[in-house]
Amino acid sequence: MKTVSSLLDPIWYERYKRISHLNIRSSIYDVTNRCNLRCKGCFFFSSGEHHVTEEMDLKKWEAFIDKEKARGVNLAILIGGEPTLCMDRVEAFYNRLPTYLATNGLIKISRDRFPDMMVGISLWGGGDDEKILRGQDTFAVSSKNYEGDPYTYYLYTVTPKQVGKIEPVIRRIADCGLKVHLQLLSNDEGVDGFSWRPEELRDLRFEMDEMLDAFPQTVISSKYYHEVITTGMMLGRHFGWNECPSVTESMDHRRPPVRRLIHFYRWAADLQTSHRCCTSATRDCATCKDGAAHMSWIMVNKRAHIVSTKDLQNWIEVYEMFAKLYRLIPW
Amino acid sequence: MPETKKNQGIVLRVAEIIIDELKLEDITAGTFNPDMDLVDELGIDSMDLATIALVLQDEFKITIDEDDYPKLKTVQLICEYIEEKLAAGN
Ligand code: SF4
Ligand code: SF4
Repeated sequence: MKTVSSLLDPIWYERYKRISHLNIRSSIYDVTNRCNLRCKGCFFFSSGEHHVTEEMDLKKWEAFIDKEKARGVNLAILIGGEPTLCMDRVEAFYNRLPTYLATNGLIKISRDRFPDMMVGISLWGGGDDEKILRGQDTFAVSSKNYEGDPYTYYLYTVTPKQVGKIEPVIRRIADCGLKVHLQLLSNDEGVDGFSWRPEELRDLRFEMDEMLDAFPQTVISSKYYHEVITTGMMLGRHFGWNECPSVTESMDHRRPPVRRLIHFYRWAADLQTSHRCCTSATRDCATCKDGAAHMSWIMVNKRAHIVSTKDLQNWIEVYEMFAKLYRLIPW
Repeated sequence: MPETKKNQGIVLRVAEIIIDELKLEDITAGTFNPDMDLVDELGIDSMDLATIALVLQDEFKITIDEDDYPKLKTVQLICEYIEEKLAAGN
């Protein structure tokens, strides 16, 4: 029987033990239905997930978050719409739970009010791509708002048109003293030219690897994650509905049960409706490129990686990447 | 039955359940080290523990609170937990 210590040298074993007891229980919350942008391909609006009546009573939000905490949630991931449009709700989460805020970065959060809240700023490529997909070059604004912030990183969604052109984007981020994590666009609205072809995915994988080597202090990632997200394969298994770990618990009727995030929910802003998964319910699981779902897929399959030193090291690197993204371990 | 023998029976049964549920190879209940750290060495996670806990609950007619999972670090500690529950009438 393979054991963890039999596969790892003492340094890797210490790295393993640093993360093996983290026991993360995350859930995702749509803080609001509103946004100050309307990006093409935004799954939130394209799938109609904003068609719920937003809860406006802050007291109800506070009571809801207390119930979530009692349910065992220990990491709140705030999305939207644009959560910074409702700072009082963000604060209600922040005062109760370790909180991560996903934002487009156009509105600056106050570090006096949220000193160590993790912030992930969405970025959809260089200025031209951003103008096509989001109507403006958001980086020009967000990089000024968050320059040098030690609790902020860019969540760079790479599009097929970006393949071969990532480097200048990473360099701009490095130059403003921020970090970056890479994920792939799932073209939910079928924008022309923004769906992935196999050769683009192959090229992107190696380009992402190169960026990690060239900017190790800036890029928070792992080569195994690059492999899994671009191929959709892990240990000979295909990603998709039958494997996805990021399904809301009450909607998960898959049999036999799938390895999944325990107690995971994604809640709508009415605080009553739950969405199918961490992304759009209308997305085709067969072509889903959701970064968090792929990352979690690896993480929940730990024992499947306890077969060789390399497999287990791959798993550790992905888990460390996740833990760094939420600042559960230092950068 | 003397106390040690009784405990040994539970140790073997718990080890057997873990081997079955996790489909472990090249190990038997007799060769399972009851003090081996299940997370640090076997790499089990809370989903594995939840699966094992369900079988233990059925087998020993006890309830295992999810908050107690962190205590269930080794086969020996699981046995002590079960014995405590049985002694307390649950
Ligand atoms: S900023 Fe985010 S929520 Fe707003 S439209 Fe763009 S992708 Fe959607
Ligand atoms: S769309 Fe993606 S994240 Fe959602 S259930 Fe399907 S595979 Fe999972």
